[in-house]
Amino acid sequence: MSTEVHAAEGATGYIIHHLTSLHVGEGFWTLHLDTLFFSAVLGGLFLWFFKKAAENATSGVPGLVQNFAEMLIEFVDNQVKDSFHGHSKLIAPLALTIFCWVFLWNFMDLFPVDILPLIGSLMGIEYLRVVPSTDLNATFAMSISVFCLIIFYSIKIKGPWGFAKELMFQPFGPWLLPFNLLLKLVEEIAKPISLALRLFGNLYAGELIFILIALLPWYIQPVLSFPWAIFHILIITLQAFIFMVLTIVYLSMAHEDH
Amino acid sequence: MSINATLIGQMITFALLVWFTMKYIWPPLFDSLEERKKKIADGLAAAEKGQEEIVLAEKKAKGVLKDAKQQSSEIVNLAQKRANEIVEESKDTAKKEGERLIVAAKAQIEQEIQQAKEGLRKEVADLALSAAEQILGAEIDKAKHQDIINKASNQLG
Repeated sequence: MSTEVHAAEGATGYIIHHLTSLHVGEGFWTLHLDTLFFSAVLGGLFLWFFKKAAENATSGVPGLVQNFAEMLIEFVDNQVKDSFHGHSKLIAPLALTIFCWVFLWNFMDLFPVDILPLIGSLMGIEYLRVVPSTDLNATFAMSISVFCLIIFYSIKIKGPWGFAKELMFQPFGPWLLPFNLLLKLVEEIAKPISLALRLFGNLYAGELIFILIALLPWYIQPVLSFPWAIFHILIITLQAFIFMVLTIVYLSMAHEDH
Repeated sequence: MSINATLIGQMITFALLVWFTMKYIWPPLFDSLEERKKKIADGLAAAEKGQEEIVLAEKKAKGVLKDAKQQSSEIVNLAQKRANEIVEESKDTAKKEGERLIVAAKAQIEQEIQQAKEGLRKEVADLALSAAEQILGAEIDKAKHQDIINKASNQLG
């Protein structure tokens, strides 16, 4: 991809430049430093805020920070209670982490597309992609982690044999075993792929449109980027919410014995 | 755009975040929420109980007030009765006293009349004596004529 960058100039060059990660390494062992850095910083921000709220947590009159944290906790807890009927210490904190982290990732999309790369270039960083959710690695990392949890809980709750039975004998009974197995495997594997691609696709497209708007003359830009940014506020929240809710739903499906 | 080792790094970060949230963030915040819920529920229950107690107390107060009113009217009635009795008694006493005074006065009058009569009798006797002395022109022996004088004075009575 780096050869393309150097080859193309003008609009195409600008777009490609914006979509190229700051990376080190070769082949599979490439690391996208910008994705890793921004998601770690945002994760730290999330932890810092909630830790602060948790440290000062009181059952009396809550402060501003605690109020906000509790609002989110209650919101997530309601979502979990709505779809998950078992008892799990993991699911609610997992859902909270996913919602906040994905939201913060997506929120990076609302920064003007050029400002952080510009600051980066002043510090000698050539490429910078600031929105972790436009990196497939980030979205897949999360969805594959969720997938692992789904498999783990399926086996833990139903037992290895119970899980295998579910894969083989549902939905059409034992006489159509290969067909069942195929259907089930596709269903299971579709979960992480759809989770990751949905988030990635939405945010990638949103980012691309911001980049395209940035290519227009300056007097047209606000007219287009302002409504798109407002619309994007909805999208970033919605995508974070969808990721969280689907995670809860998948995990509750894993907990349910048919 | 390709999938690479960033994936592994991201998964590690994600796992750390979830672990931290599960361990240090969710429990205290959630507990404080639950605790507050309980506090509010308790407070509401206490308020309801208080209201019920107010109703009960009002009922009780009404009963006490009613009793007090009844008692006070009884006391007033008694007092009125007693007052009437006292008035009647004093009337009786006054009447008796008056009668007694009248009787005493009558007796005194009688006595004084008697005294006056006695005095008059004496004076008349003296007058008669001195008149007789003058008429007779001679001293009459008082002792000798005591009987006659007495007779005369008795005639006066």
